[in-house]
Amino acid sequence: MIGKRLPRIDAYAKATGQAVYADDMALPRMLFGKLLRSTRAHAQIVRIDCSDALRCPGVVAIADGSELPVRYGILPSSQDETVFAIGKVRYVGEPIAAVVAEDELLAQQALSRIRVEYAPLPSVMTIEDALRDDLPKIHEDSRKAGNVHKEAHLVFGDLEAGFAAADHVFEDDYFYEGNTHAAMEEHSALAQCSDGKITIWTSSQTPHYLHRIAASVLDVPAARLRIVAPFIGGGFGGKTEPFHHELAAAHLARKTGRPVKFTLTREEVFYAHRGRHPVKMKIKTGVKNDGTITACHLQTWLDGGAYGSYGIASTYYTGALTPVTYEIPAYAFDGCRVYTNKPPCGPKRGHGTPQPRFAVEAQLDKIADALGLDAAEYRKRIAVEPHSRSVNGLRITSCGLRECIDAVSDRTHYQRKHAALPLGRGIGLAASTYMCGAGLPIYWNAMPHSAAIVKADRGGGVTVYCGVSECGQGSQNMLAVIVAETLGIDTKDVSVCAGDTDLAPVDLGSYSSRVTFMAGNAARQAADSVRAQIDAVDPERTMPFPQAVALAEARFGPLVGVGSYTPPKDLSGDYKGSGVGPSPAYSYSACVAEVSVDLETGRVDIEKITLAHDIGRSLNPAMVEGQIEGGVYMGVGEAFFEASTFRDVLHLTPNLLEYKTPTSLDTPDVDTIIVETDDPEGPFGAKEVGQGPLVPIVPAIANAIADAIGVRLNATPFTPERILKAVANNDRALRLHAQAKP
Amino acid sequence: MLRLPRFQYETPRETGHAVALLARYGQDALPVSGGTDLYANMKQGLFTPKVVVALGRIADLRFIRYDAAHGLRIGALTTLAELAGHETVRTRYRALALAAASISTPQLRSMGTAGGNICLDTRCFYYNQNADWREALGYCLKKDGEICRVATSSTRCLAVNSSDLAPALQAFDATVHIASPGGERLVKIADFYRDDGRHAATLEPGEIVTAFTIPAPPVQTRSAYRKLRLRDSFDFPLAGVAAVVQLDGDGICSEARVVLNAVGPRPIEILGARAALIGTRLEPDALANAAESAFAAGKPMENAATSLLYRKRMLRVFARRALGDLAFF
Repeated sequence: MIGKRLPRIDAYAKATGQAVYADDMALPRMLFGKLLRSTRAHAQIVRIDCSDALRCPGVVAIADGSELPVRYGILPSSQDETVFAIGKVRYVGEPIAAVVAEDELLAQQALSRIRVEYAPLPSVMTIEDALRDDLPKIHEDSRKAGNVHKEAHLVFGDLEAGFAAADHVFEDDYFYEGNTHAAMEEHSALAQCSDGKITIWTSSQTPHYLHRIAASVLDVPAARLRIVAPFIGGGFGGKTEPFHHELAAAHLARKTGRPVKFTLTREEVFYAHRGRHPVKMKIKTGVKNDGTITACHLQTWLDGGAYGSYGIASTYYTGALTPVTYEIPAYAFDGCRVYTNKPPCGPKRGHGTPQPRFAVEAQLDKIADALGLDAAEYRKRIAVEPHSRSVNGLRITSCGLRECIDAVSDRTHYQRKHAALPLGRGIGLAASTYMCGAGLPIYWNAMPHSAAIVKADRGGGVTVYCGVSECGQGSQNMLAVIVAETLGIDTKDVSVCAGDTDLAPVDLGSYSSRVTFMAGNAARQAADSVRAQIDAVDPERTMPFPQAVALAEARFGPLVGVGSYTPPKDLSGDYKGSGVGPSPAYSYSACVAEVSVDLETGRVDIEKITLAHDIGRSLNPAMVEGQIEGGVYMGVGEAFFEASTFRDVLHLTPNLLEYKTPTSLDTPDVDTIIVETDDPEGPFGAKEVGQGPLVPIVPAIANAIADAIGVRLNATPFTPERILKAVANNDRALRLHAQAKP
Repeated sequence: MLRLPRFQYETPRETGHAVALLARYGQDALPVSGGTDLYANMKQGLFTPKVVVALGRIADLRFIRYDAAHGLRIGALTTLAELAGHETVRTRYRALALAAASISTPQLRSMGTAGGNICLDTRCFYYNQNADWREALGYCLKKDGEICRVATSSTRCLAVNSSDLAPALQAFDATVHIASPGGERLVKIADFYRDDGRHAATLEPGEIVTAFTIPAPPVQTRSAYRKLRLRDSFDFPLAGVAAVVQLDGDGICSEARVVLNAVGPRPIEILGARAALIGTRLEPDALANAAESAFAAGKPMENAATSLLYRKRMLRVFARRALGDLAFF
């Protein structure tokens, strides 16, 4: 099973349309809900008048903030949201009330009959404005200056001595634009209240966290609340926290006694957001003449939008993983996240790390250029060692960074091509790292991060129960493969029961690339336990599996194994902020981008992306390659097109026609290389691949563009206009570059 | 997804019946062919017709015919995919085939029609948004408001004509055939549009486009279409340049039409380009002069992706490239 290109277990259901997603579900007497969303970015709510709307045909109930006053937030330290805005609104699109009606159209029509009276407040739309003291506070109870949400200041090693020892100091500013997940499935939730028990079927990557928070917001015992995540049509981090419509559905199902479904429109998904933070960065790096880094000081400013979301973690993530790729003896990080009157930002694939990785890798290329170093050899020389600790105390185990760099530079002849292609054509390299699961849970507890139960049936069928949420990444298949491998059976004989808080033991959720590592280890342990019971009756492993199960059941009773996974304790140092960044293992990636730039239009064509990824051990190479390719396409979108753009207070492109994600014609050939380092703690040696491969794409492309035109772009996305401007403003650089080119 | 509002749906099988239905319901009715433009706009609340008259079942409006005497005749319900793939169109009216092939995506080209494309509603960032968004904005001149959000002092709407076919048809000097309650009327496509994004097409209520005709091109006719867009599929033009030239037996340009679109409410023929090309052998200088005229004439506004300065600058590049396609035929 392990390492084979087997079709995933849900392939048939998905290819034939049998797979059930939340919006496919319907229950008898079901009502449809719609959210009334704010048309103001920042305003006091003077009055909400629902009387007309209540009289509209088909309307069954309406709810507003007066019915759901409990504050919540995915992080215990950022409890700043309510299901419906109470007292004021903080962004255009914020939910104020909900209507449920006999059908979706009637609910939608009734929305326009709700009258909201606003008293406008000045809006805060930029990081610069959010740092000012003379604008109104978006969250009045915040004790921080201006509209600052979170500040982080960390220093490791002797920074002053590090810079003093440097032969050269490089200081650069970068900006990484905000963007969104654009998952194919729009969020959907269906809730039912039956005899005091509430069930929510919802496209959630984190059913367990929703379970806890919904119990609090709805004021019901968690035992009377069940969360089920059916198939999810893509998450990418956009479905990892409780959303207004999920809680509203549950509340209104309870209030009306009828099932209630909410499915967001595409525009509403742009308002639900929780996407990539726009981040301004300053990076100062001291190096010796040979490029050895002596000190690094990274400053980041995150535009958080109107609410906390995962923002405190996002802030730390912009600093935490910088020292996990290259040796940095002294490192300082200052992060600052601000509130603005925009949809809240949160985690998107790579959570907080693609932004600083762009800064780090673009600057490293510049340093290599300035010092006359080969960018690939240079990176390899300063790469961290396997089984080491970073300066910020993070434990590194398996590390295939050098192998990845070798693989992509050999495959593409990077060294031969770099600085040797004709003007307008370029090749660029970047490397990166990502976590295999957050080392700490979101709320403090000493329980396992993941648990699994494996049950073998007399007929030979095996079921694995685990709380993981299948958001398309293949987590169910991963569980089936690990259990099948352990028990020596076919994956077709394994059923997976996942994403259900009633039926499956807790897994914390599909975020931080944790599922293969953590749920995989839990499932393996559970399967090992079943294996041991079978081995006791069939030590030679000669019996057909059903016969062995029957014999074992006769001896031991029902054949069940349980397993769980808790990360080791000593993954980081002991300092405030050390909870973000530690992970039981890190994946590594290296990417080479080859581009050609049209100097008249500024348009960049990506000829090819070559990406090597250290996955530890590939459980299914076809799925690993699929994740790498998906990461590449998403990275290409962020590099060239995708931007959360606002004109005044309005999201300018809340639709998939004008919010440009790459089409199949805009995506390059992708050459994937799987590097295996056999992680000592991963299940069968496996690490993550869901997020890591996206991270080096944007800087690799930036470095390729620099090689093509001799000008470095310090802000994403690399639009044709920016390219033309860069060329025009750097006429001399371009001419010199042209002369140096063959 | 956004839901379509409810409406009465009529499916006439004959042109006369369609026209009669549209005349009967007047302002309450709208015609639809492929539906790729209208239904999306209806979901956003831009149109709320009580009656939608679907033209798709009028079989005799779906054809492409060519003969040397009469030239090309295209039924309005011909799909964009059919137009793009038609052998005669591809060889004799290349710009038209290229323009059709550049529209949106394969799926939408199978639904969208030639007639629908030239009747596309004009587009603007401040208009193609749903009802809540436009309420938050305070509406605009094109729909429910008093002020143009693109240029606040403008008395006319600056929404953009985003048809890819229109400039190609105009460069070939096409005639639009319109069925009216009073019978058929013909209008040159150059006169088909107004310079106001609110009512760009000059169709009166009750009228539908039934066909286009284009004279048979002389032997030495060359044509090209170039489209500025950010992605290679799906996107409306940020600028479109169609060019048609005729050469005499000595390779001298005897006729030329260069038409820009997607920079204003209607396509613009670049008369300066015509002057720059006629009498030349399409030498690089002549092409550059013609492109310069296109650059001078096009006045894009800040109402689509990319800045107006970029779109303006690209007019020169795309005009030169379209003309370059002719020179190196």
